[in-house]
Amino acid sequence: MAKKVALLQGNEACAQGALYAGCTFFGGYPITPSTEVAEVLSVELPKIGGKFIQMEDEIAAMASVIGASLTGAKAITATSGPGVSLKQELIGYACIAEVPCVIINVMRGGPSTGMPTGPGQSDVMQAMWGTHGDHAAIALVPDSCQEIFSETVRAFNLAEKYRMPVQVLYDEIVGHMRERIEFPEPGELEVFDREAPGVGPEDYKPYDSTKGQVPPLAAFGSEYKYHVTGLNKADDGFPTTKASLVDAEERRQIDKVLDNIADIESYEEYLTEDADVVIWAYGSTSRSARYAVNELRKEGIKAGLFRPITLWPFPEKRTAELAKQAKAIVVAEMNLGQMVLEVERVAKGNCVVVHEGRVDGDPLNPGQIMTKVKEVL
Amino acid sequence: MSGARLEIIERNCKGCSICVEFCPKNVLEMDVFLVTVPRPEDCIKCMQCELLCPDFAIKVHDE
Amino acid sequence: MAYDYEKSIRPGKLPHIWCPGCGHGIVMKGLIRAMDTCELDRKNTAIVSGIGCASRLPGYLDACTLHTAHGRAAAFATGVKMAKPEMNVICCGGDGDGTAIGGNHFIHACRRNIDMTYVLMNNYIYGMTGGQFSPCTPTGDLASTTPYGNPDPIFDISKLAIGAGATFVARTTAAHPREIDKLIVKGIQHKGMAIIEVIDDCPTTYGRRNKFRSVIDMMKRLKAEAVPIKAAAKMTAEQLEGKFLTGVLFEDTEKPEYTAQYANVIKKAQGA
Repeated sequence: MAKKVALLQGNEACAQGALYAGCTFFGGYPITPSTEVAEVLSVELPKIGGKFIQMEDEIAAMASVIGASLTGAKAITATSGPGVSLKQELIGYACIAEVPCVIINVMRGGPSTGMPTGPGQSDVMQAMWGTHGDHAAIALVPDSCQEIFSETVRAFNLAEKYRMPVQVLYDEIVGHMRERIEFPEPGELEVFDREAPGVGPEDYKPYDSTKGQVPPLAAFGSEYKYHVTGLNKADDGFPTTKASLVDAEERRQIDKVLDNIADIESYEEYLTEDADVVIWAYGSTSRSARYAVNELRKEGIKAGLFRPITLWPFPEKRTAELAKQAKAIVVAEMNLGQMVLEVERVAKGNCVVVHEGRVDGDPLNPGQIMTKVKEVL
Repeated sequence: MSGARLEIIERNCKGCSICVEFCPKNVLEMDVFLVTVPRPEDCIKCMQCELLCPDFAIKVHDE
Repeated sequence: MAYDYEKSIRPGKLPHIWCPGCGHGIVMKGLIRAMDTCELDRKNTAIVSGIGCASRLPGYLDACTLHTAHGRAAAFATGVKMAKPEMNVICCGGDGDGTAIGGNHFIHACRRNIDMTYVLMNNYIYGMTGGQFSPCTPTGDLASTTPYGNPDPIFDISKLAIGAGATFVARTTAAHPREIDKLIVKGIQHKGMAIIEVIDDCPTTYGRRNKFRSVIDMMKRLKAEAVPIKAAAKMTAEQLEGKFLTGVLFEDTEKPEYTAQYANVIKKAQGA
């Protein structure tokens, strides 16, 4: 049978991806340019017995998602930069309390209200460093409507598998663009459900990592009674100030990501094998970059594209290799210099690293990227 | 009236003296920071001390 | 006779962290008795709090307990209740947590009339941070950040809850322990948002700055200022000066409960 196809907006594809992943809870607050995610889920979730709630503010939306996830639901919220800023404390809560959840950030510019209807890619550092304290982050940056669907599914999988918040960031261009989507058949994409506790209620400790870096999370309202807190805690979930326990827990929560990069990492390369110059771009900007690569090749310039799909953890290894191979890396992004700092850090001076950015509400176009490439070579 | 045994859980008592103050029969006394029960035979089992103890430190048992 | 609180308390958690004479322990006992009276299955009961002294309460109780971020108890609890309406949901916390940083969540949880019981311990102060004034510190009183007397007017929490749409609102004090569990029981049995405001004492950071020489002074103040709502009906405005009303202040059994409303949404969406 032919696959179901549809012409979907990126935000609609995101909502459909969430449903495919088994999402049963959305808690959100209206914010441009993400609202279609909420609108679609307000229609679809009750049809499957799921829950949609529009909360009183962004913080409450994040809180409701964490609360719902603790009952065992796969939970999602969708917002934009200002909303993520407001959610940051509770994103940190989900990190330390290790509660799976998915946060969609349809990016616009900023700071503050910025240009709500224009695209931006200026939340990419916020996705890693926005909340206070030390923690790991997973952030995915799809570049098409089809990929928004599949990366939303993967975001749920990673959230459930690593028991943490996962952010999906795409800019307003992809969020509002319409493309043909092929709906994967059930079972075609992996759908991961969180691991059930391997012990009975009497022996359950919500942060017992003796059997693995990610302790299983029991659901509230099942047979398990336990405590959840945002304080540093021991393996039983209760607060502790014991230095050795605090240190070990903080490190475990970071290591559970950094030790599993091979599983979490995802990127695409286009004509990088012999590239003298690598355009390092993600999201909608990578579409301009791909066009630029083709045009540059026609002119005899060996250009290639490196496109991270997992932005955090940062694709250090491959970026470092490319820095050794290429003469230059051009980081193209719709901001005034964010991921370029990471690229510079891992390039360690092995090649020239330059930035091409834009924050005027227009997309970063291929011509702009091509000019920069020619300047640098 | 008698037949009451007052149990003091010393580990929990923080010496706030609420129980002493609100006992209608003057059964209890403070010994610096710890409650004591010098007159258990006067207890009428009204439960005020147990209900008002914020620290889960006093129990009134039927004997 | 002697009440068995211990079966509801997690092993090894006592003594608790609260200061000598702090009423939060009295409220916690009342909550335990109320949960016992209502025969709440603790496996199916979520107790949710924010940050502050009163918000440390859930950690002691053997249930599904969720100690969240400052002010956010009602919002987390809403997520729990929406996702699993069959769970009993109880919120607890203090006046600053619930009505300042968490004020928005508090009023909207009331507005939705979602089925939960919120035990709000109002001790007029931010205790854990050392006695800064809260939205409930009486005007003129001293706090660590009102060294010249508090210039702010106060929130009347119960009135706020009624105005915001809660359908069961009651008030008592830490000096009226039997009324605490009586009212919480009614709150739990009520289908909708139940606010139980317990006027509480903070001898450490509020009392000693405000002419209360001892815990006992504070407890006597609670007894003296509390007027049962029925008794108040026969009192003059002059006699009620400086007093507050206790008992069931408001009850509405008509307004639909939120998760029941959403169940109707599900039925509609499913074409039933």
